[in-house]
Amino acid sequence: MPVIKSLEDLKKAREEALKKRELKATSGTVQVIVGMGTCGIAAGARDAMKAILETIETDAISGVIVTQTGCIGLCEKEPIVQVVIGEQPKVTYGKVTPEIARRIMKEHVSSGKIVESNKINL
Amino acid sequence: MRELSLHLLDIAENSIAAGAKRIEISLIEDSVLDLLQMSITDNGKGMSPEMVAQVTDPFITSRTTRKVGLGIPLLKAAAEACNGFLNITSELGAGTTLTVRFQRSHIDRMPIGDLVTTMVNLIVCNPMVHWLFEYRYDNKSAVFDDEPVKDTLGDIPLSEPEVLTCIRNMIEETVLGINPEFLQDSVTLTNQPIRR
Repeated sequence: MPVIKSLEDLKKAREEALKKRELKATSGTVQVIVGMGTCGIAAGARDAMKAILETIETDAISGVIVTQTGCIGLCEKEPIVQVVIGEQPKVTYGKVTPEIARRIMKEHVSSGKIVESNKINL
Repeated sequence: MRELSLHLLDIAENSIAAGAKRIEISLIEDSVLDLLQMSITDNGKGMSPEMVAQVTDPFITSRTTRKVGLGIPLLKAAAEACNGFLNITSELGAGTTLTVRFQRSHIDRMPIGDLVTTMVNLIVCNPMVHWLFEYRYDNKSAVFDDEPVKDTLGDIPLSEPEVLTCIRNMIEETVLGINPEFLQDSVTLTNQPIRR
């Protein structure tokens, strides 16, 4: 049965993640939030989310919590992605294409550099 | 929204907003009866009969119930254009089931689309919900239940890189085990330019 094989794989993945957690210094949690209301989805939020998760996989970015939220009332700026790193103020991005989503992950989440071109000042 | 999978993402958001702790998604393809059916069953707060009557009406809902909005009326119109229907049964305090059915071979029937991405998004972004996904093709069926996954992981988040790969593979295996052409079908259909 393939399911059992996959659960074995998952146990290995868990061990990998545990090892990384031990190595990683506590730099505060990183949260990435994607707007997934009807407006966000229609504007391409799933593609942005897909790019975010793919970048986590390809660049092996550990310790990021990805969540979704409903419509926040900025429908014209969707897809919207928000990044919260530790105690720092929340950064909101608008018009997040898959390419911008990858840049947010590589530049902001991994290196702490805000992607100014798509930042929204609330 | 030109994909059933995008509508699924949208409808499931309503279940999450209704405080559901368990959401069951079922996708049925039947080549003999020529139907494509998707159901979403949640144990959220449910709706009164009046509210159920309202959510499928875009002219009432867009003004009074912001949480539901246009998503359901759009899906309903798409199903009815394909000899299908959209039906909601709900009970206050117990939960809601939304069922949408299409004539599978109808020329205007939207593609299933990127279902695997939708499922991964829902599961990873909403870890407090117990997700169940059933896929049926003719008389074969398979179920993906995320509870064994979460039990195995313990306190490791679902968004860890290796875990994401595992979850995606497990969902892919669930559909491919039943219908080997599922992904090919859903992806090529999605990428086709829309001709009008």
